[in-house]
Amino acid sequence: MSFLTATSNIAIDERVSRTPWYRTALRRPELGSLIGAIAVFIVFAVADTTGQFASLQGAAGWTDFAAPVGIVAIFVALLMISGEFDLSSGVIVGTSGLFAGLLVTQLSWPLWPAIIATLLLGAVIGFVNGVLVVRTALPSFVVTLGTFFVLKGANLAITKGITGTVRVSGIEQAAGFESARTIFATTIPIGGASFQISLVWWIVLTAVATILLTRTAFGNWIFASGGDAGAARNAGVPVTRTKITLFVMTSMAASLVGIMFLLRLRGMQAGQGVGQEFYYIIAAAVGGCLLTGGAGSAIGASIGALIMGFAAVGIPYALWDQDWVSTFLGVILFSAVFINVTLSRRARGGRST
Amino acid sequence: MFSKPLAAAAIGATALLAALTGCSGSGDAAGTAPGPAPSAEDIKICVYTHGDGGTFWSVVKKGAEDAASSYGVSLDYQGSTNDSSRQASTIEAGISGGCDAIAASAPDPGAITDAMQHAADEGIPTVTVNSGSDEFADLGAFTHVGQDEIVAGREAGTEFTEIGATKVLCVIHEAANSGLLDRCSGAAETFDGEVVELNADQALADLTAAEAKVRAALEADPDIDGVFAVSADVATGSVLPAIAAVGREIEVGTVDLSSDALAAISADEIAFAIDQQQYAQGHLTVELLYLAAHDAIELGGGLPMYTGPALVTTDNIDAVQASVDAGTR
Repeated sequence: MSFLTATSNIAIDERVSRTPWYRTALRRPELGSLIGAIAVFIVFAVADTTGQFASLQGAAGWTDFAAPVGIVAIFVALLMISGEFDLSSGVIVGTSGLFAGLLVTQLSWPLWPAIIATLLLGAVIGFVNGVLVVRTALPSFVVTLGTFFVLKGANLAITKGITGTVRVSGIEQAAGFESARTIFATTIPIGGASFQISLVWWIVLTAVATILLTRTAFGNWIFASGGDAGAARNAGVPVTRTKITLFVMTSMAASLVGIMFLLRLRGMQAGQGVGQEFYYIIAAAVGGCLLTGGAGSAIGASIGALIMGFAAVGIPYALWDQDWVSTFLGVILFSAVFINVTLSRRARGGRST
Repeated sequence: MFSKPLAAAAIGATALLAALTGCSGSGDAAGTAPGPAPSAEDIKICVYTHGDGGTFWSVVKKGAEDAASSYGVSLDYQGSTNDSSRQASTIEAGISGGCDAIAASAPDPGAITDAMQHAADEGIPTVTVNSGSDEFADLGAFTHVGQDEIVAGREAGTEFTEIGATKVLCVIHEAANSGLLDRCSGAAETFDGEVVELNADQALADLTAAEAKVRAALEADPDIDGVFAVSADVATGSVLPAIAAVGREIEVGTVDLSSDALAAISADEIAFAIDQQQYAQGHLTVELLYLAAHDAIELGGGLPMYTGPALVTTDNIDAVQASVDAGTR
């Protein structure tokens, strides 16, 4: 057959044809979410009553809401690519803030050692999550849900038991408060608007995670573990080590956010962070992470978090009824994921996945 | 470092965003010193609470909306559902978004200190609402509108003593809500007997599960002869059925009103309800902020303005009934 068609095919052999650049771009998981973000931005910019949504002031607002979600969502995305969920990531934010706050107010620790200890606590919780998932071979959804409930109860019981109230406050008296604040919770004036420093952390961590995912062997291991753990193991990928490392990174990111909140809010409520884990997963899904693992991106998760920031500022600026926020968020998220999936399907030539 | 298509897309998106940003109208939104009296249509009043849109807060919101429409000002009401960081970010975004006056509830004053200070620096008049009566001055607010949860609790404690209870179970339907804990502590201060707390977290989401918890607590301790349910919905939905199942004589007191709670008061199933008159918390707040933004009048004399507690029993229930049905109480 081949030599009958050979003469007409000499010029272009489809096996080596070049894909147009826009097709390659559309296949990237984050481009769909970028287009979704632009669409949401345009909707809110048009509905804006204040004139500030599409300005630096507005940008300071959306990034203020988006950064704490984005910082953790990046690592939740990496974890999802490797095929695992972490439902305890939200409550760890609260646990970390409360832990640091209690060390500082009850045991009179200076702030910097408390911060180090809290990051270590985050690492330990992540390690426990990872080892439990890997050793018991239970779905990570179930294991981390257990961790979530354990920590949720502990946050409340320990705080109430030690302080008699449901919050830790008064940390500004601690030594090192001002210096810690400048690293974790200060504002940066840019062109007349005050941006939170969490934005810088978010951008840096997105870059680090993206490089990790796309340019290192570890990144390959993440994709391999999520795509087919058995095959990956047979090919020599250290699946167990990869997953445990990712759980540790996710928990430490949540601890970082807990420390940022503690310093900015000068205290922490016992219920902080509960419920946020779903926003992290949604941000990752909007950004192109498959819930089944094996595909996704860290930039996409950051874009997903940015979309939530747009909504958090855009809805009040449009003077829309706040009661509809959840409904609107659901519509936006469904649309963003739908756009993402449709575009990548068409880019691949119309076949699913 | 990145592939060409992604770089092109990123540049394109950035250019688009830059164009949209550059094309926006005025630069800094927040003014400095207040100018001559703005007309009512230009005034934007912002009320940022920690509320959750439930039966209590929806009445506050209605009060605020009614006052805003009678003055002809625009209102931005946002409830952060007990998330202090969200509330702080909302206040900051509101300052950038052109709020002429801001009200914030302060169950956790430390969390919103920076944001409220920023508002004060921009010359925006502020009040605290619902919680924060001790700290409003430190936050830069000129007054506080509300009723202290501790005060509400004290009223309940006194009332329980008067109706003859000796041991009261305090049912908390939102475990991490400091305001609810204050209600129980306030009751413990003035009540002649002992107050025991029950953690019925998420009760509003599952009243039947809460009923089981209350019933278990009542059966475990036969000395309990009073229940203080700090939510009217929990009182009617969980506590009354639990008491009926246990079959003892138990007095019930609650906080805030609902149509069912009033019916229960008429039927003598609930002894009393502490009414914060939270409609006034919304209404009075907007009035005070309007006068501050429009006429530079700051009322209160540096002291908090209380909207309650009012006590609702079988004696005065008829007057209250119509308002509750209309959603204004």
